[in-house]
Amino acid sequence: MNLILVLIGGLMLTAAAVAMSLRNIIHSALLLIGSWLGVSFFYLWAGAEFVAFAQVLVYVGAVSMVVLFAVLLTRRDRQDVVVAPETRTRAISALLVGGSVAGLLVSAVLGTPLATGPAETPTLTVKDLGTLLAGPQAAGLLIAGVILTVALLGAVVLAATDSGKEDAS
Amino acid sequence: MTATLERLPLLVRDWITGFFPEPVRWLVSGLLAIVAILAVFGLYFAYLTLAERKFLGRFQNRPGPNRTGPFGLLQPFADAVKALTKEDIVPQAADKLLHFLAPCLVVAFGLISFAVIPFGRYLIPVDLDAAVLYFFAAGVSSELALFMAGWASHNKYSMISAMRALAQLISYELPLLLAVVPVIMLSGTLSTSKIVVAQGGWTFGIIPHWNVLTPWGFAGFFIFMIAAVAETNRSPFDLPEAESELIAGHLTEYSGFKYALFFMAEYFGMSALCGLGVTLFLGGWQAPIDILQVVPSYVWFMVKLSCVIFCLMWVRATLLRLRIDQLTRLAWKFLVPLGLINLGNAAFWHLSADWSGPLQIVRWAISAAVIVIPFVLIGRTLSSGLAPRTYRYAT
Amino acid sequence: MTTLQLCLVISSLLFCIGLVGALSRSHTILVLLGIELMLNAANMNFIAFWRFGASPTAATGVLFAIFSIAVAAAEAAVGLALVIAVYRHQKSVRLEEANRLKG
Repeated sequence: MNLILVLIGGLMLTAAAVAMSLRNIIHSALLLIGSWLGVSFFYLWAGAEFVAFAQVLVYVGAVSMVVLFAVLLTRRDRQDVVVAPETRTRAISALLVGGSVAGLLVSAVLGTPLATGPAETPTLTVKDLGTLLAGPQAAGLLIAGVILTVALLGAVVLAATDSGKEDAS
Repeated sequence: MTATLERLPLLVRDWITGFFPEPVRWLVSGLLAIVAILAVFGLYFAYLTLAERKFLGRFQNRPGPNRTGPFGLLQPFADAVKALTKEDIVPQAADKLLHFLAPCLVVAFGLISFAVIPFGRYLIPVDLDAAVLYFFAAGVSSELALFMAGWASHNKYSMISAMRALAQLISYELPLLLAVVPVIMLSGTLSTSKIVVAQGGWTFGIIPHWNVLTPWGFAGFFIFMIAAVAETNRSPFDLPEAESELIAGHLTEYSGFKYALFFMAEYFGMSALCGLGVTLFLGGWQAPIDILQVVPSYVWFMVKLSCVIFCLMWVRATLLRLRIDQLTRLAWKFLVPLGLINLGNAAFWHLSADWSGPLQIVRWAISAAVIVIPFVLIGRTLSSGLAPRTYRYAT
Repeated sequence: MTTLQLCLVISSLLFCIGLVGALSRSHTILVLLGIELMLNAANMNFIAFWRFGASPTAATGVLFAIFSIAVAAAEAAVGLALVIAVYRHQKSVRLEEANRLKG
């Protein structure tokens, strides 16, 4: 059981790490999408079927498209997707900060006596989730809907060009 | 006899898995399901291409392919040999890895959506609780492969048409989902097998309880099929590759077997989407009449699937290609509002479930009016200011 | 090491990869993607604690993950729209060069 988890985790972490160190931003984005897919496999492994498919639908289907469109809309020519390397001090300091945070978190996790729950996967059907979302959590659902609508409108307003102005420039 | 026929695929599977030791049986039965899908739908794909060419030929008053084998029945295999032996050209400046990965991924994502379609009473590869969500998650992943194809070709026309294709797919994702939501509302489950079971039963033994035979279901099926045609890039929504106008869109730099893989993925995607349509609206594997239940359920599924696909071929032979602005306008101004209204309609249908007697007629009338009146009004508004088409040279 | 601890270690490593990415790169989109990775790592924790926690019958972890995915989608859309708007003004996507509030 743990072997599958290590496999999923290893692939996910490798994809994310390689993505963050690549120069070509399109390759970075595609590898990160692979890493998000790995997260959804983790959800599937943990038995949260609905969250796993929602993750694929939202991240691999929607966020990835927004990211790729944004990359293509913010470049002057084809070579523009190759990002210039960062300064050495910046990379080293970022690695130092990240490494120390990682050390802190991992030692905290390993040092805490965590209660181990049931061995078998808890069953949570989509119907249970639906009743929860439409009943006790209805307010949260409504707020999430409002946030999404506002974000959609905001994104359109921000990204839309004033066509007249665009012609003049 | 009927029960044996119904369980025949399962018996074959158990017979084969019987040869293996107990610990690996689950693996063998899983692999067998994959092999069965690949074999059946591989062959189905091969003959679908032939059927499409034959039908298109008949629609256009020509015989269609008839030289290879009797009645041209070996044509798909000749095509396969041709695709395999063609030179595989990769542009010098192409992103080699992505260029190779794109056709593989597009076929893989097309195939994995078959996993949740109930082909028969006992024939469902994976019976997931969130099957419909899984189907759409697999469907949207193929958009990524499309982007990769356009990007990796290192050709600005490929890139632009890939972005156009993506815009089309994203626009039509919305009506597709809006058409599916009423079915999920009314059957109260995301599992495809339970949705089919919920459509069982007959009134007077002849009228099946399929979703398509209700006002909201009919509208939903209509929207679903239009969106499905657009999602699979088929005529009249085939602008991404519009053979006669553009070169081949994002497939321009693909040749040989890689091109054939894209072609295959299109047909797999079409079969899977039509299969979902049959499952959600046309009663899946349920027989149309009570006494016809002697025919095994998987035969009914394939018959319904083939009928739906035949209708798509008919549409392809009949309708003209849309322009890109007409295409997005149809999605956002016509299908999406109609889908939203249909959602309310389904809610009404759910709330009025216990109406009986003469109230039943009122229920049908209200439900039909709710969908027909907006249909006419939105249609009128969208087509106002456009003169009726005149045919100057055709009489 | 219990399975829960293994899950938590994986998610903290993912969080740190996102952090390093967000700190070390100056391309705005990559920074946003790093932040998305950190969000995902947090979501993984919710699911891990739901699966191995004291009371898995309460679906709080799953519900929180669903809401967090929804908000992450909104965040990505607005963030990338901002990137495009900034690019239109500055003709650059490097964070150092986006240092004026006036276009």
